[in-house]
Amino acid sequence: MTGIHCVRITIMALKTEPFVINLGPLHPSTHGVFRMRATLDGEVIIDIEPVFGYLHRGIEKLAETRTYKQDIPLTDRLDYVASMSNNLPYVMAVEKLAGIQVPERAEYLRVIMAELQRIASHLLAVGSLANDLGTFFTPFMYMFREREKIVDLFEMVSGQRLLYNYMRFGGVSHDIPDEFLPALEKFANRMPGFIDEYDQLLAENEILLARTKGVGILPKKLAINISASGPVLRASGVKWDIRKADPHSVYDRFEFDIPTGSAGDCYDRYRVRIEEMRQCVRIIKQAMEQLPQGKVLNKVPLRLRPPVGEAYAHIEAPKGELGFYLVSDNSEEPYRFHIRAPSLINLTAIREMIIGWKLADAIVTFGSIDICLGEVDR
Amino acid sequence: MTIALSGSKIADKLKEQFAEGIVEVSRDSLLVKSESLLDIASFLKTTPGLNFDYLSCITAVDYKEYFELVYHLVSLKHNHSLLIKTRCYQRVEPVVPSLVSLWRGADFQEREIFDLMGISFDGHPNLKRIFLWEGFDGHPLRKDYNYGT
Repeated sequence: MTGIHCVRITIMALKTEPFVINLGPLHPSTHGVFRMRATLDGEVIIDIEPVFGYLHRGIEKLAETRTYKQDIPLTDRLDYVASMSNNLPYVMAVEKLAGIQVPERAEYLRVIMAELQRIASHLLAVGSLANDLGTFFTPFMYMFREREKIVDLFEMVSGQRLLYNYMRFGGVSHDIPDEFLPALEKFANRMPGFIDEYDQLLAENEILLARTKGVGILPKKLAINISASGPVLRASGVKWDIRKADPHSVYDRFEFDIPTGSAGDCYDRYRVRIEEMRQCVRIIKQAMEQLPQGKVLNKVPLRLRPPVGEAYAHIEAPKGELGFYLVSDNSEEPYRFHIRAPSLINLTAIREMIIGWKLADAIVTFGSIDICLGEVDR
Repeated sequence: MTIALSGSKIADKLKEQFAEGIVEVSRDSLLVKSESLLDIASFLKTTPGLNFDYLSCITAVDYKEYFELVYHLVSLKHNHSLLIKTRCYQRVEPVVPSLVSLWRGADFQEREIFDLMGISFDGHPNLKRIFLWEGFDGHPLRKDYNYGT
C-alpha cells in the first residue's frame, strides 16, 4: 500500500514539458501521406494540427486544361479506392450542364456499381480501422477476401481493378458481360453471411469496444456545423443521406434504411459502416431484379461543348457528399472544375475529436473518420 | 428531393432588411454584395422557415474581371437548398468576409480558396496555405497563372 502511494507521489511531482511530434507524412496510421503535428503532454494530446498537401496534384487546374471526356479518368484518381463513385457525380454534372439523357439500364448499372463500391470502400475502412486498433492484418485480410470479389466484378465490366473509368456522359462505357449477373447474385447472396461473420469477430470484441466506445466523440451539433457528411455525420445521429434526401439516378425506386448512430464516437462510425453494407446488399438485390433491357449509352458528341452555364451534382459517396461544380464557357474544356471533397471537410473537427485523448486513441479516431488522401489533397 | 429555392423567393424575404445588399436575383441563385454577405448568411441560418444550417460547398471562380464566390447552402431540417454568390472586383489582394464564425465547415474550404485562388477571408481564424507550401509564388487556379511550359 505504501509502495503504491509513494509511486503516485513521485509521478505527480514529475515536471513534464509539452513535446511536439510529427505523425506522418509517412506513418502507417495515416493511410497515405498526411501529417498530424501533435503536441503531447506525456501521452496525452494537448494540441494537434493537420498538415495537408503531400499528395496535391493540382487535379482541378489539370482538369481545366483537358476536355470534358479526358477528365473522367482524372476523377478516378481522387478517392482511388472508390473510383466508381468518383466517376458518377462528375458525369452527372456534365449531363446536367449539357442536358444529356441517360438510358434506364445505365442508371441501374450505375446504382449497382456505386453500391458495390460502397461495400468495397467500407470494407477497407473497417479493415484498416481494425489495423489501427492493433489487430495486425487479420481482420484486414477477412475484409479483403470479399473486396477481392467486388474487384473481380469491376474487372468484368471495365477491364480494370483499381481505376475503372467506367462511367460516360449519357450512360456507361460497356454493357455488362453475360457472366456478370450470376457472379453478382452469388456475391449478394453470400455477403450478408460475411457481414455477420465480421460482426461476430469484431462487434462484441472486448478490445474493440474498450478502444472505440466513447472515444473521439463528434457531437451532433458540431457535425452539422463542420459540414460533415457520410457515415461520420450519420454516426453523430443525423439522418441525412443524399440517396434519400436528394435521390439521383433511380435511388427513389429502392427500399432501404439509413443506419444512424447516437453517440458519435468511433464505435458508432464503425457500426454505421457495417450496417450500411447490409443496406447496400438490399439495394443491389432490388436493382438486379428490376434491371431493364436496352442500351447503356446514349449518343453524345465526341467533342462535347456544353452551353454556357454552371452545374453542381452531388452523390452520397462512400465517404460522404462528393460533389462537382462545373462552369462551362462553351469550349471543349471546363472553365471551372471544382470538387467538393468529403474526406477533407470531414477532417475539420479533428482537433476537438482528438484533444485530451492519448496518442493511441488519436490514431483510432483518425482511422474511424476514413479519409482517402487522394481526395483530401486532390 | 432537396428543393432548390429560387433566388427571387429568398430575395422577397431579404428585401426588408437587406435591400441594398442584393445585387442580382436569378432563378436559381442570389448574388449579394460582399459587404453584406455575413449579415445575409447569418439571417439565412437563423430565420425560422429557412434554417440553412449546413454549408455544403464553397468555391471560387476566376472570371478575369472579377472573382465569384459560390456558396451552396442546405437546410437539413427543411431539405431545401440555396445558391448564393458574391463578387470581388479587386485582383490585387481581394478580400471577402469569412463565414467560419457561422459554419465551421468553411474553415478548410476557405483556406483552399486562399491558397489556390488568392482570395483572403476577413475574420478567418487560421488563414494560411493548405495544400501548397509557404513561400509558393502565385495562385494556380487563377486564369492568368503562368506555370511555365
